[in-house]
Amino acid sequence: MSAPSTLSMFRWIVARDLTLAWRRRADVLSTLFFFVIVVSLFPLGIGPETQLLRQVAPGVVWVAALLASMLSLGRVFANDYQDGTLEQMLLTPQPLYLVVMGKVLAQWLMSEVPLVLIAPLIGVQFDLAPDTLLVLFVSLLIGTPILSLIGSIGAALTLGLRGGGVLISLLILPLYIPVLIFGAGAVYFSVTGLSPAANLYLLGAFLVVSLVFAPWATSAALRISLE
Amino acid sequence: MRGDRRLFSKVSFALEPEAFLQLTGPNGSGKTSLLRIVCGLMTPESGEIRWQGAKIRSLGEEYSQSLTYIGHRNGVKEELSSLENLRIACGMAGTNITSEEAQEALAKVGLAGRENLPARFLSEGQQRRSALARLITCNTKLWLLDEVLASLDSAAVKLIESVIGEHLNKGGMAIVATHQELHISAGSFQRLELAS
Repeated sequence: MSAPSTLSMFRWIVARDLTLAWRRRADVLSTLFFFVIVVSLFPLGIGPETQLLRQVAPGVVWVAALLASMLSLGRVFANDYQDGTLEQMLLTPQPLYLVVMGKVLAQWLMSEVPLVLIAPLIGVQFDLAPDTLLVLFVSLLIGTPILSLIGSIGAALTLGLRGGGVLISLLILPLYIPVLIFGAGAVYFSVTGLSPAANLYLLGAFLVVSLVFAPWATSAALRISLE
Repeated sequence: MRGDRRLFSKVSFALEPEAFLQLTGPNGSGKTSLLRIVCGLMTPESGEIRWQGAKIRSLGEEYSQSLTYIGHRNGVKEELSSLENLRIACGMAGTNITSEEAQEALAKVGLAGRENLPARFLSEGQQRRSALARLITCNTKLWLLDEVLASLDSAAVKLIESVIGEHLNKGGMAIVATHQELHISAGSFQRLELAS
């Protein structure tokens, strides 16, 4: 047997999950619409006070992003668990770390990237300046992969549990707090005219740390859940 | 051990190349648990599994490379066609196969003409056949099959018997948990009965 190429197996996993997500587009779109609607409700509720809107915008957009990512996270492993494809993945001749990375990457591409792309557009409702919209975009671009990575730990831990959806929120939302503080902080600094660089660097550091440790923790959680 | 119930103890067996082991026992006697322990998905409360003399825990991925496990749940994605299911399963297992090779294997298990149908339109038995096509394309030494014969018709059972026979002739090994009698002409036959 030829030595299996790790890279080619990684590609199969990502391609597989993207195909599956494409066949179930409704799930992806519902996450996106949830985000758009939640963010749009605030300007309608608060009224046309541009000063106030500009101040709450960073928090509102970021909290909506956290909640939207909770919606899609439950699905990362649950479907594969039910039809037995997850145990097949555990038995593939490659590190489980890479399986998890592949699945998280696909989840991020399908569920979070559309949200990141549309955020500057709906940020206009909050009367944000072009510079601030750019900071919002960048902070979400760095921040959302962290949400996917940390969330995958919760998704793996709550696998096969009844009411896993609520439990996953209770487990994971507290862990999202640092991302929320620095992500929304970067945008807020930009609103008040300060440099958002420090916050963005810290977000970047979080991303590196979670890239290293989260898939490892998720792998361990998966092994426990499937036993 | 499942929960706090002891399913079995003092189970011991060894498989040589070309050996076939049939696991029997009443429902709930631990056939599935034993198979999951052998493939490394579950850890036994005590005892160990060795592959070519080395513990499977320390072998890790190297061991996964030499086995194919088909469990209760087929591992067939309903949104994907049989062809996609087979190619993806093989790709992830490290053997890339072409679309033609996959079609050939699916024709062999009687799914010719239905390769491109999403698996949710297939019957239970056909989904099982599509999962079993993996056995034909994979290139592994040890097969672990859990209740493979469930919902298969007699023609498919014959096919499985011949596929396993061929596998044994090539020096492979198979452990099959089933209640039905399997008539395998090749290799050496062992039976392990788990008591309740």
